[in-house]
Amino acid sequence: MSVITADLRNYPLYIRSVPTQNELKFHYTVHTSLDVVEEKVSAVGKALPDQRELYLGLLYPTEDYKVYGYVTNSKVKFVIVVDSSNTSLRDNEIRSMFRKLHSSFTDVMCNPFYNPGDTIQSKSFDSIVSAMMVQSS
Amino acid sequence: MSPTQWDLPPELCCRPMAFVALTGLDVVYNAVHRAIWDAFCANRRADRVPISFKVLPGDHEYPKCRTKRTSYEWYIPKGILKTGWMNKHLNLVPALVVLFYELDWDDAQWKEKQSECATKVEIVRTSLQGRNTKVAVVLIQKKTPLPPGEDVVASERAAALCNACDLSGKSLFVLPHTDHLVGYIIRLENAFYEHAQTYYYNEIRRVKSHKEFLNKTTHQLLFVRHQFKTGFFSELKQDTQNALKHYRSAYGLIHELRAHETNMLEIKTLAGFINYKICRLCFQHNTPLDAIAQFRKHIDLCKKKLGSGDLAFEHTAWMSKQFQSFGDLFDEAIKLGLTAIQTQNPGFYYQQAACYAQERKQQASQFCSHEPNVTYPLPDPLETLSGVLDFYGQRAWRQGHQSIDPPDPDREKQGVLALQMKERSVQHSELIIALLSNAVAQFKKYKCPRMKSHLMVQMGEEYFHAKEYTKALKLLDYVMCDYRTERWWSLLTSILGTALKCSYLTGHVKDYITYSMELVGRASTLREDQKSRIEKNLIRVLMNEVPEEEPNCDAGSVRAAQGLWGERLTLAAGNEFTIEVQDCVPFIQCKARFLSPSFHVDEPVQLHVYLRADCPHPVRFAKLGVSLSNQEYNQYCLVEEACKVKDILEPSSQENMCLVPGKTRKYCFKFVAKTEDVGRKIEITHVDLMLGVESGRCVYLNWRGGGGDAASAHEALQASRSFKRRTRLPGQQLEWDTVSVQASTMVISRVPRISVQLRHEPPALTNEMYCMTITIQSEEDTVARDVCLTAGLKPGQDANLTQTTHVTLDSSEGCDDAHPALLTDIVVGDLQPGQKMEKKLYVRCVNTGSRIFLFHVSYAISSTVEGKDIACKCHKVRDETVTIDTVVPFEVAVKFVSTKFEHLERVYVDVPFLLMVDILSASPWPVHLVDSQIQLASNMAAVDLPQSQVAAVVLQTGECASECFSLKCPPVQNGTSTVAAGHYLISWKRCVHPLTCQPLLIIVTVPVVLPLSHPLPPRTSELPSFGRVRESLPVWYHIENRTGMVQEVDVSVEPSDAFMFSGLKQVRMRILPGSVQEMVYNFYPLMAGYQNLPLLNVSVLRLPSIPSQLLQRFLPTRIFIKVRPPLHQHEPFLTLCYVMHYIHTGC
Repeated sequence: MSVITADLRNYPLYIRSVPTQNELKFHYTVHTSLDVVEEKVSAVGKALPDQRELYLGLLYPTEDYKVYGYVTNSKVKFVIVVDSSNTSLRDNEIRSMFRKLHSSFTDVMCNPFYNPGDTIQSKSFDSIVSAMMVQSS
Repeated sequence: MSPTQWDLPPELCCRPMAFVALTGLDVVYNAVHRAIWDAFCANRRADRVPISFKVLPGDHEYPKCRTKRTSYEWYIPKGILKTGWMNKHLNLVPALVVLFYELDWDDAQWKEKQSECATKVEIVRTSLQGRNTKVAVVLIQKKTPLPPGEDVVASERAAALCNACDLSGKSLFVLPHTDHLVGYIIRLENAFYEHAQTYYYNEIRRVKSHKEFLNKTTHQLLFVRHQFKTGFFSELKQDTQNALKHYRSAYGLIHELRAHETNMLEIKTLAGFINYKICRLCFQHNTPLDAIAQFRKHIDLCKKKLGSGDLAFEHTAWMSKQFQSFGDLFDEAIKLGLTAIQTQNPGFYYQQAACYAQERKQQASQFCSHEPNVTYPLPDPLETLSGVLDFYGQRAWRQGHQSIDPPDPDREKQGVLALQMKERSVQHSELIIALLSNAVAQFKKYKCPRMKSHLMVQMGEEYFHAKEYTKALKLLDYVMCDYRTERWWSLLTSILGTALKCSYLTGHVKDYITYSMELVGRASTLREDQKSRIEKNLIRVLMNEVPEEEPNCDAGSVRAAQGLWGERLTLAAGNEFTIEVQDCVPFIQCKARFLSPSFHVDEPVQLHVYLRADCPHPVRFAKLGVSLSNQEYNQYCLVEEACKVKDILEPSSQENMCLVPGKTRKYCFKFVAKTEDVGRKIEITHVDLMLGVESGRCVYLNWRGGGGDAASAHEALQASRSFKRRTRLPGQQLEWDTVSVQASTMVISRVPRISVQLRHEPPALTNEMYCMTITIQSEEDTVARDVCLTAGLKPGQDANLTQTTHVTLDSSEGCDDAHPALLTDIVVGDLQPGQKMEKKLYVRCVNTGSRIFLFHVSYAISSTVEGKDIACKCHKVRDETVTIDTVVPFEVAVKFVSTKFEHLERVYVDVPFLLMVDILSASPWPVHLVDSQIQLASNMAAVDLPQSQVAAVVLQTGECASECFSLKCPPVQNGTSTVAAGHYLISWKRCVHPLTCQPLLIIVTVPVVLPLSHPLPPRTSELPSFGRVRESLPVWYHIENRTGMVQEVDVSVEPSDAFMFSGLKQVRMRILPGSVQEMVYNFYPLMAGYQNLPLLNVSVLRLPSIPSQLLQRFLPTRIFIKVRPPLHQHEPFLTLCYVMHYIHTGC
């Protein structure tokens, strides 16, 4: 499972994946998923910018992974990749994981010592992600 | 087995069409037959019935029909589907055989021909023994047939022929060979199609009829086979809905089969076939979601059916093929009008196919890397007697074997070995690359740039594995920048790593250096030891040595590469490289800045270049140069110190040219700008840093502008946002983030040390010579040479102002239109230090309004900067430009009044009137009226000598001076209606002006008058200016007749209380033309003061249009009467009276 956060310009802010041996593949998967995120955001943006659902759901099908996306109003993107064999995680669980991530990210942003655009090095954000990874495995 | 054993057979992939055989046609030698055949096969568009036609000879042998099985009791099927079956029904066994025969109804040899035809039909029938294939006869006739029922012979003979050939009437057709061939052919083929439909319908029933004989234990394979066959026949019948139904049930049945290692391949193969058919039909029915769902189900069911472990690559090959063929189907459907979306397009299937192909390659390398002494087994277990397999998906060495255990373990081993050896020769990379490039094309179409980049990276890596390093390099280089701009350093590093290997193996020095620099730099996520290794290699390359090999490279390629690098060493030329830094993130960062956005020309321009290395070891460079927009300065911005070999290998961190990792180094440059660059911008075009040695290999890093590479823009932004405490580092060191780039500076002129002052008294008055005094004082230490003054109207204002403003330095001469509005470069001369100089400027503004004036002093001065003498020009513009309002000095009003000061609308010839002039001062300054003058026109005469009465008068603001002139209009010639009266001239000047100043002139044009001639103007003469009480006052009235006729005039005098008078009180008289009648009255005043004279009424009887008021106008009405002086007093009694000189009455 892997979690990433990317900012407005798709610069990565936070990447973490478990297991670590195939990290690069996760990174590629996550990076390519931004295509779909971008497309979904721009499609919705035209219609009703205010009433946009932040959770984008399953982004695209792959044989091995399920890729879920979430975009905040300031266009910060969260992507969660889980193994497709993992059936314990339903849509609702993923949704609540994103919400947790979002609120933790908000905390990071509220930190006066955090410079928006820098990679996230917050311990509390880390621990939230770790907890999610433990829960999902 | 062919290497493409995984490809789906073509007969599966085509669209099945009813097969109709045409016999009896000689298409080679018979033109008529040829035309018929062409009509059948040409233009088979979608609107024609789906039939595949074939011309066969009349005695063609059709495939033999096996004897029909009567019982399935002891029958054990050997496989699911025979390999030849689909082809047999598509191309070999016709649904209908059509016999073409040339025969007209009225043929002379009818009998013979009829029997010949019957024979031919019989031959065909015999050949089709046991099959349900229909036979039809087409008679090719030369004549156009009559309408049915009319030709009795025809119907008779038709019946006879049917009888002879044992045909039903529906199977006999006539084809008249006339003009409408295509029309007949289309009707014919529709009839054929019906027959074919019936044939396939019967076939379906036949296949279905077997079902009752089957049992579930031994005949499981047959359930699948029959369902497939039914589906296939339905497709031939063009009943795709039923076909889909049967295929679906076949698919369901196939997964109910007992699967074990020996038949796994067969099951998967057939499952793949049926799945293909189902998906194809779903797309055809425009239900793409069903197709996708079916495919997903198929994959989920089959994913786990791995089969034999030793042949694992077969499973992945099959999986890859499944995805690929589904991708093809999807793509085909899109071409036919289906719309795909970003998240559901063929690209994903191609990508997955590529993914499995990669897995296959990996497994192949795992299972097929035999010892070199293992040879291909003989006899070849993959050979079969017929060269092909009997059933799809079976093993050649045990065809038809259906039990769980292999019959012969040794043969099995041999077979597996043979397959593994075969797999070794497969070009996996080619397959993978082809699939990836398909996927790339799709993702490009569906707006997935990142997916596309990712696949291109995979392609590049695959090319790398396939040892096509140049191609790999090209692809990787292409996508690198995408990852760089999005700052995914982990991915970029991985790509760079592969690219570095490729460039090493191909001996591309420049690429090798570029990638190394980036891998060593801050954008790379490599570990320190890896960076260190790469940097050492980079230094070797810079030293013109062969770098060490990259890890994980093919040994053979490495040897070849070492050879290439060796050759490179001997090359003398081409060892100089320039690397444009803005497209990568190299290990040296650079920032250049001018210390100020502008420099005065008399101070040196200062420029700092900051360098910083991010690599693990210190680097020594040979040269640092800054190129500026004016290249003459480049020589001052250069640090050069050739490196020795030792320096590069072991740079001492103390040295000036050595960059220590993590430390910022500053290089200062200073130069004196040229005076011709004043007002220009100096820009840094690029910064060059040379690494290596000039004699050996040297690399120029080229930063465009003031430095910065592909990543630095974002870093600068982040640094600017950051509020991290900027700690002052010890010593000369600087925090890198605090340095900002300043890539250009302005050279501006020296600050002038001269003062310009202005003295004047606004507002200006129109037309006056407005004087402005300019004082220039030098505050320089040396002589200011060539002082020039530019003064006048500021350009760029209303164009009208330029024409109405005139400037001169010379007050003595007037300033007219010839003078310019702006005096440029008035030479003032040299100014000694502290010297003061005054200039007077005269401005004449023709009209009112406000104007902006400009005063600008320029001079040259020599100065010394940095030991250099420069001659610089200084410019002083008076701080604010001066705005001056112009106002009129006074307003002049001119009007005509009668001698009694009554307003005059018209003037009468020869009757005196007054020109009244009022001068109202509007100037804020006292104005001195020097003189005034009236210049009369020729047809206007002054009554007496006009003299100015306002000369030498000084008017304060708001004061008014008036004067008047008595004028007379002499008789005018007939025809002239109006008369120009002339001009009134005032000459004036400001009171404060020096005497030398010439008075100015204002010319007022007196309005035009309209003189009328009066026929009978009465007048008085010799009326004294005053009378005395009780003293006789004689008054003479004259009435002149100016008309050409005798006029009768009534004259009467009205009595008055103030006067007694004597004379004719009332009289009527006649006046001759041109003569004057004089009348005398003697008035005797009774009261003192202003008194009305007795009113003289004159009426002209002939001219009643002239009212008596008009006549009275010319006569005085009042007179002042003085009191009689006492007798003892001889002095005249003084009365207060305002004497106006114009009460001179009479002529």
